[in-house]
Amino acid sequence: MHTQAPESAGPGIERARYLFETSPHGRLIGLELVEIAADEIVTRVPYREELIGNPETGHIHGGVITTLIDQSCGAAVLMRTGAEERVVTLDLRVDHLRPAEPGRDVYARCQCYRLAEEVAFARASAYEIDAGEPFATSMSTFMRLREGGGRG
Amino acid sequence: MAELLEQVRAAREAGDYQRLTDLVPYARLLGMRLEPCRAQGGLCIRMPYREDLIGRPGSGSLHGGVLGAFLEHAAIMQILWHAESCCLPRIVNFHVDYLRRAGEAETHATVEIRRQGRRVANVHASAWQSDPDRPVAAARGHFLLAPPEGVSP
Repeated sequence: MHTQAPESAGPGIERARYLFETSPHGRLIGLELVEIAADEIVTRVPYREELIGNPETGHIHGGVITTLIDQSCGAAVLMRTGAEERVVTLDLRVDHLRPAEPGRDVYARCQCYRLAEEVAFARASAYEIDAGEPFATSMSTFMRLREGGGRG
Repeated sequence: MAELLEQVRAAREAGDYQRLTDLVPYARLLGMRLEPCRAQGGLCIRMPYREDLIGRPGSGSLHGGVLGAFLEHAAIMQILWHAESCCLPRIVNFHVDYLRRAGEAETHATVEIRRQGRRVANVHASAWQSDPDRPVAAARGHFLLAPPEGVSP
């Protein structure tokens, strides 16, 4: 895993990194952090046969893309919140612009573009090689939890 | 494309429902189970709890992505089961609302095909654990039913 933290690395960035190192389901599908920048993160799921949704074409299942984006956007929000906070997903929409190319690792680039008092808004795009030619785009909303409890 | 549909038909005729799960590698990874529903006529779709389905260590809560994936696959299989699609439905978009914490329990899916045209289907699906009236997540999405251009069904 190659991760680079910007100079301004705060507690949120450590927690985002921790999430990728420890999430049980993230680890099951091989979800990993590639790069942390000041205002966005890039993550990846390496292509594996177990993740296939269409056995005839070898396309990765859309659900894998949902998990890639959900965890990555959650981490992008965590990067902007305080050390004691957690976040849970309120809603998440994925538009599948085209199928991801079979055999290729899939990447997500995620950004929390608005951190409000109670909620946070994130957007993401997913691609194989060129971030400028995404196969999926996504918008999501997260609830900020400043104390224990709630969903994980 | 047609081969998959044939396998679904064969599984239904043979009453061999485990085959339906095993058709799709990712559904097998999640541990999804598909069985005929005596009551409603469609498929009963469930996913037993497993520790590697949770999102945050120690939380005991299912990963949001798992719930989304579960509902998406439930929607696809319910469309296929009704066999009005010539090939594997292709996802256009999917929107998941997370309503309650999904804990350490088996999760079930209720799928409603709201509209099925020739080219596209609109599907609503909800996931629940102990009570169908208290869903943990609800989703809606669109699926293309026709094969991609240049591919014969």
